[in-house]
Amino acid sequence: MEKFLIITSREYLNKITNKTFILSTLFTPLILVGLIFLIGWFASVNNDQVSNVSVVDNSGYIFDKLESTESIRYVQLEDFDLEEAKLISKTKSDFGLLFIENSESPKEIAETITFYSEDAPSLTVIGNIENQLENILTNKNYKINDIDINKINSNKVYVSLYQETFQGKKTTKADSFVGLLFGMFLAFLLYMLIFAYGGMIMASVIEEKSSRIIEVIVSSVKPFYLISGKIVGTSLAGITQFIVWGVLFYGFSFFISTTFGITSSYDNNEFMLAAESSAISDASLNMLSSFFNLPLANILIAFIFYFIGGYFLFSSMFAAIGAAVDNQTDAQQLLLPITFIVIIALYVGIFTAENPDGIVSVIFSMIPFTSPIVMMMRIPNGVPISEQIISLLILYLTVILIIWIAAKIYRIGILMYGKKPSYKELIKWLKY
Amino acid sequence: MKNLLTIDSVSKNFGSFTALNNVSINIPEGCIYGLLGPNGAGKTTLIRIINQISLPDTGKVFFNDQELNASHIRQIGYLPEERGLYPKMKIGEQAIYLAQLKGMDRKTARIELKKWFEKFEISDWWNKKVTELSKGMAQKVQFIVTVLHKPKLLIFDEPFSGFDPINANLIKDEILKLNKEGATVIFSTHRMESVEELCENIALINNSNKILDGNLDKIKKDFKTNTFEVAVNSPNAKNLESKLKSEYETFAPTFRTIGDNLKMNIRLASSQNSEKLISLLNSNSQLIHFKEVIPNVNEIFINSVQND
Repeated sequence: MEKFLIITSREYLNKITNKTFILSTLFTPLILVGLIFLIGWFASVNNDQVSNVSVVDNSGYIFDKLESTESIRYVQLEDFDLEEAKLISKTKSDFGLLFIENSESPKEIAETITFYSEDAPSLTVIGNIENQLENILTNKNYKINDIDINKINSNKVYVSLYQETFQGKKTTKADSFVGLLFGMFLAFLLYMLIFAYGGMIMASVIEEKSSRIIEVIVSSVKPFYLISGKIVGTSLAGITQFIVWGVLFYGFSFFISTTFGITSSYDNNEFMLAAESSAISDASLNMLSSFFNLPLANILIAFIFYFIGGYFLFSSMFAAIGAAVDNQTDAQQLLLPITFIVIIALYVGIFTAENPDGIVSVIFSMIPFTSPIVMMMRIPNGVPISEQIISLLILYLTVILIIWIAAKIYRIGILMYGKKPSYKELIKWLKY
Repeated sequence: MKNLLTIDSVSKNFGSFTALNNVSINIPEGCIYGLLGPNGAGKTTLIRIINQISLPDTGKVFFNDQELNASHIRQIGYLPEERGLYPKMKIGEQAIYLAQLKGMDRKTARIELKKWFEKFEISDWWNKKVTELSKGMAQKVQFIVTVLHKPKLLIFDEPFSGFDPINANLIKDEILKLNKEGATVIFSTHRMESVEELCENIALINNSNKILDGNLDKIKKDFKTNTFEVAVNSPNAKNLESKLKSEYETFAPTFRTIGDNLKMNIRLASSQNSEKLISLLNSNSQLIHFKEVIPNVNEIFINSVQND
């Protein structure tokens, strides 16, 4: 136990005093924050640009009702035929030309309206134009057929389902959305952590093996203590890194947004979500309340347990692979199965996003190699505690089994030099 | 003499490959013991079992009459043939770390290390990294780490490889000093001249089996063939030569002398003795050289392995 602590503290100190580690810890958030603000800045520059759309309106009533927006300004070209209008629009370097033929019936007009532009216009621009034209032409149709628009509007019924779970908890559409987003975030975080630190452990095992210090060390400590000290020490370094990142990230964001007054792209995201709801402030409030509607305690506890389980599961496999090979290059091939497992888990994650309680998602949230990722995506939308406990039980039993296997491979592998072992040989090592 | 280490009928298999087959060896306390054998004979496997890096399939190992257990780790110092240090860790820090793993506390480890570093005149390496040192320099550090915790049993696997003659001598003197202070030493090596020079006892392992062990002088006695190197300066050399050849089994000489006119190797049969041979050689001629042929470890090694 004492030696375990010695090893753990060396691994930890060695990691956090490593130059690359320090640099990546300090600069990753800087780069990340920089990127986010850069994207935000690009987006705002993009939005500031106003696109001029020339309109030749032969119907006589459509242009008057077209409303310019922040990004699209409609300009009328009077009494030009199509070819002339095209030429003018082009020389003015307009965004495009909207050509409206005259006709008695709005339906016929709708069929003949054409939009000319240099490049393929963006969907939002086309959507805006189509929406406006649809409204204008529909209203015109009502008028022609003597239908009272006010009556129609006043009789329109809007439905927004009031949702509640069987347990009596209120939910909203935003709730599921926030839950999904949060679940994806957690699953991704889990995946990143497991791979980043698993990779570090593998590299450190390979270093000990290739520098040949390993035999001296295992003559002093049992390989099992060495590898568990390594795994725990590295995870502590990882946690340190995450805390530093959290603090720096928050600090940088605060610093940049107060000094430069640029808003980060979070706000843009919220803005997009807000489009679904009526008002922006309402949406933010909804999001916030949705967030607190999530089973946060359950999520936090589950995250910790799945992180620990998943981390030990994968890092012991990484350690075994590191012990089996002599250098990083050889490791790639043996890593393939792990990569497959994670790709499957992420792929199932996509199904889960659509249907958190679908049969595929439920099964994969029970399979130990995929359960940390898939279950974390399900939990924000509610998973019975019994299911979580069964899944965790399966995970932890598998962890014990895998650690036992990995320890055997590790114990043999660290003293084997020369050729890269095949899977068959690895299995044979288990019998030594 | 009391045995520090008793290896009792130890076998070890890797799959279908037998690395050690029923090997028993006794290592007396305070001796320097040579563990010899060709490459792949099973020496390293045996050393790893003594170090508890791997466990025997059958058989037991006793340290000081106790069955080998984790508490013995700190009483053993092991310098493996394949050795290294952490390339990016400072020398001093890593030596302290390795000493801690052997059960020393930080403070004692630091004090003892400083002493050794001064003795080897490498104090200014303390804050250097291994990548800045030459191979021989790193070997010195490894040697210090092996002996630092004053183990009762020291195991050296090819300790002199990688050292220049001056440093090899320095290391050899330190090993002898540690032995004098009470440490039992196991040497595993191919360099027969160092076995000859240092070891009191040897064991020879070939093809996973122990084929020979015991006190080196006794083994030499068993291996000697009653052969003598003789050289004389005789006025009647031809006569003497034919007389010797008729009475004894003779061979071409295997030695160098000057000032003689007759030399050969003579093997005595069990009924013959050396006094008679000497008086024959002394009569009428001048005896230049007379020496019993004692097999060296190299010959014993090659002989035993080839006959095995």
